[in-house]
Parts: sequence; structure tokens; C-alpha cells
Amino acid sequence: MDSPAVEFQDVDVDYGTFSAVKAFSLSIGKGRFVTLLGPSGCGKTTVLRAIAGLVTISAGSITIGGKRVDQVPIYKRNIGLVFQNYALFPHKSVFDNVAFGLKYRNVPKPEIARRVGRALEMVRLPGSQKKLPHQLSGGQQQRIALARAIVFEPEVLLMDEPLSALDANMREEMRGEIKKIQKETGITAIFVTHDQEEALAMSDQIVVMNAGRIEQIGTPSQVYEQPDTSFVANFIGKANIVAGTVASIAQDMAAISIAGDRTVGVAAPDGLKPGDAVKLVMRPQRLRITAETDAGAPNSFPGRVVSAAYLGGNAAYEIDVGGPSVLRAVNPIAGRLWPEGADISVVFDPQGCVLLDPVSGRKLSQGAAAGTVPSP
Amino acid sequence: MTAATGWSINDRRLAWALAAPTVILIILLMIVPIVVMAAYTFFTFVTAGVEEATFTLANWQEFLADSYYHGFLFKTVRVGLVTAIICALVGYFPAYYIWATDFRHKWLLLLLLIVPFWISFTIRTFSWIHILGEQGLINATLLQLGLITEPLRLLYTEAAVIMGLVHFLLPYMILNVYVSLEGIDRSLILAARSMGCTSAQAFREVTLPLSLPGLAAGLLLCFVLAAGSYVTPQLLGGPRDALFGNLIYDTIMGQLNWPLGATLSIVLFLLLGFVAVAYSRYMGLSQIMKGMGA
Repeated sequence: MDSPAVEFQDVDVDYGTFSAVKAFSLSIGKGRFVTLLGPSGCGKTTVLRAIAGLVTISAGSITIGGKRVDQVPIYKRNIGLVFQNYALFPHKSVFDNVAFGLKYRNVPKPEIARRVGRALEMVRLPGSQKKLPHQLSGGQQQRIALARAIVFEPEVLLMDEPLSALDANMREEMRGEIKKIQKETGITAIFVTHDQEEALAMSDQIVVMNAGRIEQIGTPSQVYEQPDTSFVANFIGKANIVAGTVASIAQDMAAISIAGDRTVGVAAPDGLKPGDAVKLVMRPQRLRITAETDAGAPNSFPGRVVSAAYLGGNAAYEIDVGGPSVLRAVNPIAGRLWPEGADISVVFDPQGCVLLDPVSGRKLSQGAAAGTVPSP
Repeated sequence: MTAATGWSINDRRLAWALAAPTVILIILLMIVPIVVMAAYTFFTFVTAGVEEATFTLANWQEFLADSYYHGFLFKTVRVGLVTAIICALVGYFPAYYIWATDFRHKWLLLLLLIVPFWISFTIRTFSWIHILGEQGLINATLLQLGLITEPLRLLYTEAAVIMGLVHFLLPYMILNVYVSLEGIDRSLILAARSMGCTSAQAFREVTLPLSLPGLAAGLLLCFVLAAGSYVTPQLLGGPRDALFGNLIYDTIMGQLNWPLGATLSIVLFLLLGFVAVAYSRYMGLSQIMKGMGA
């Protein structure tokens, strides 16, 4: 079996007394696109910098291609770096920028010309060789930066918020482009962002980080649908997180009361007892609003529309179900938009609910998330 | 109601009004004197202190024909160049250090650069006499140690003049280089390092070329100020070490030959002006290249 492209084992990074990254363990398979996602200051950039050798790790080990790199200086690590601000050499032509890494790998000149040409074709800027970076738009500069980082076929491509300096349209276009190029080249990519939409759209695997620690590792749908912690539920998308108590348990199904007799049936994790307090996480997309007359069907109860927002294809509702907080629901607009004040019925998808421990905020479940991103 | 009668912020009259004091000062204190000086070069010299307002080319002919003046010009250019180059070679390192250091109180290092300006330039120049003179620090020490038997001639030499000029001009060089280093995006250096450069190679590929505009600005400033200097060669140089500025002084104040003195002044003005224009032509391009990094 292949050794992982990049592996972290219990990595700590301390800045003086401040612990930026704590007990970070992660294994990334070859050719995978892994995103480190979290709010600013969560340590994601520090992890990236640790791979690049820009910060020194305080404990643990990092291996790239099976070789420990703790003591390897940055210029010998064979990594491609893409920066938020492009960091193209302003005094060098596009060709010289892209050729830079090849030059320092003693690649013969004709080979350099060939590979630079191919990399520029890949980023769809083949005619730009003689231009200076300032003659290109932001999006074009970032594509050159990408070409420059992949042209020497590094073991891993590191991207530090590469899209955040671009405007919204360009960002979406570049998202697709980066993903496409990563697939074509089969390069292992580590992408850092605070933008959950970017992470969900691009990644094979997402590592959600908070305060220097990993909150969850999973595929986009895992972190979205099955958040391990209340932090993940909150950070990725807008989740309903409702306090409830276990009313009864029967045949591995727990009835969770969220307001009086309004209960939701959820697969019961081991060790849950009636009377236990829990937190229930429900994605707004997993709450379906139907006519009042449907109330009484399984996993549904009545409510009233507090507000309705028209979003084009979807509508976002706030619904009062008698509990302490309103529920958010996002439904496709199929025929009708429920008006404010309408009495309706809310239908839950038991598969789409996650139970969290109200104290630790961690998921109550049997299947623990493994800290491994397997090869495809 | 004020909006109807008041001036808007984009009003051209407002722009002129704000620029007026500067424009008037420049006209009165720079352009008019230079024009008067240029006019004087065509006046006829009668005898010491006396000239006539009759047109002549005699002053220009004298300057162009007499190699005595050309020698001064070449020497002045040489001393200016040597001074500027020494400043560049010596000044780059402290500038680089101040830029690169992790020292928390960088401002203190920058302040130290400015401290010499708190002491009069003339006094700072005089202080070299106590170091280089016959009974100065160096000679006294060497005599005491028995390394020499009679004092070395250090003062009143061209080397002493260049030393004094470097002492005076070095902060200008350091500040210019520092400012251009400070303008370099540090992620460029990280990018170079990540692509396989050692730190020395990254310096050669990125830091040095991107700091050249500052180095060039420092060279220009040091050259122009050194070539136009008068006090330093007067105090630290011997009679043979006089520069063009001293020649002008001597012509005007010693020989009282104002028309020739004016001619020599205009010559120096044109020379230094030409260097500055040539620089801005060339560096105009480099500055654009530097601006692209932002």
C-alpha cells in the first residue's frame, strides 16, 4: 500500500506560550484534495506553514512522501505554494516566474520551455509568457501562481486562501479551475480557507479546525450532514441546534422532546437513557414544510411561520413550534410560498438529525470519525 | 447656502490657492536666482568686483578652453562617484539588517540613523580633525604603540574628504535602501524559498533586484550631494583636494569675478541636473516595476 502523501502525527506548534496548533494528526492520501477549514486564528494556516517549513513544529512529526521533514529546510521540501496575494515576482516575466522552480531543479533549458508552455496551457494562459505580472488581472495572476506551483511536480500543493483576493465571480470560476487542474495532474492538494462554501465545493475531505484543534475530518457531506460537534454544525451552514430531552427509547429509536409533546424520532446512540438532555442538530434543508392538515404524520408536528424570505429557487422560513427558539427551514419553492403567520406542519427527516452531548458539544454516536483520509 | 458660493473640493482655484505659496517660493528662491545667475554668465568682467552688463561669451570661452576647470570637473565627478559607491557598499548592509531583524524596537534603529542630523553638519565634519589630525586619535594611538615614528598625513587629503562625505551621506543611503526593502512583499521571498532557493539565492533573485530602485535613489542623492559639497573639502581637504564648489567660492569670493563664478555655477547646475534627469528617466521604469509588487 502507498504511504500517505502527507502525514501529521501529534503535531504541536507553539508561539512562545501561545499554542497555535495542538495534537494535530492527519493522514492525506496521494492525489487527494484536502481542505483545512476554520475561522481565522484556528491554526489552519499554521498547519500549512508547518508543512512548508515556514514554522517550526514544537512536537510530533510531519512526513511528506514517507520521509520525515521536521529537519528539512523549506527549499528542499519539494512543495508548491500558492499565496493569497499571488506573490508573483513583479520584476520577472510570466515565463521566468513559472520557470523559477525548474531552474532551481537544474532542468535543462529546452525542457523548461516545454514544461512552462504546458503549465501555461493548463491554466489557459498560453500567450502570456512575455508579460509582466502587473499586466495581468487578479484572476490571471493567480492562475500563473498556480502554474508556477505545479510546474515542477511537487509532492504536495499548498494553497493558502488563494481565492480570497478575487471578486465573487472570479472566485467561483477559479474554484472549478483549481479543482480541474488538481484532478488532471493528480497532485495532492492542501487548501486552506475560512469559506465553508469553497470547502464543500472543492474538497475530497474537509478538516474542520477550531482553536488549534481538529473538530472533525470527513467528506463534505459528512461534515455537513453529520457534524461531530456543535462547532462544526454552526460553522458549516446554518444549523438548527435545539435543546431537547429524551422522552422514550424503543427499538433503538429515541423520541426526543424539543417542546412539550413535540418529539422527533432519532436513531438512539448507545447509552442514551430517557430523561437525558441532548442537543438536536437539524439542517434547514432537512425540515420540510407541509400543509397543516398533515400534522400527526410520523416525525411531524404543527408550527407557525414567523417569517418567510424568498430566495429565488428556495424559500427560507423561520418557524415557531412552541419551543424557546424558532427553527429555520429552507425548502424549494414548489408551487407556493408559505406566508407569514400560516399554520403549517413541519416534517423531520430522522436521518438528517444528529444528537450532541449538551455539555461537551460532541456527537452522541457509535461511529467515531477516523482521523484518516484514505486514497481513492 | 455655503454650497452655492463656496468652493468645492475639486475647484481648480482651490488647487491653485493651496499650491500658490510653494509655487511662489520656488519661483522667487530657485527659478529667479538661477535665471539671474544664467544672465550673469554673459556679463563682461572688468576688474575684481566690477562687471558690466554688456554681452560677452568670454566667460564660457574661458571655461571651455581652460583645462584647469575641466580637471576640477572630473575630480568632482570622481569624488562624487567614489563617495556614492562607498555609501552604497557600506550602507546596504545596515539597511538590510534593520529590515530583516526580528528586534522588537526597530524604530530605535531607525532613530539612531537620524540622530547624527541633530548635530550640526559642520561640527560633525570638524570632529574628523580630532581623529585624522597630526595629534588626532589615530596618529596618537599609532605613535603610542610605536607602529609609526612620525604622524601619518591623514587629514587634508582626498581620502579624508571622501571619509567626511561618506560620514555625512551614509544615513541618506541607508534610509533609501531601507524604504525600498520595506516595500518588498515578504511572501515573494517565501515563494522563492519554497521553489528551491537557498536564502542567498532568494536574496539574489528577489530581494536585491527589488531593492535596486532604493539603491539607485541613494546613489543619486549621495552623488549629487557629494559633487555639490563645499564645506567638507574646505575643512578636511588640502588645497589640491578642492572640489568644484570650492572653485566657485574662490572665483566669486576670492577673485571677485562674478561672471565667471556664475558660469561655473551654471556648469555644476547643468551637470547635476543632467544626472538627476537621466536617473528619473531610467528609474521611472524601475519604479513602475516596483509598484507592480503591491
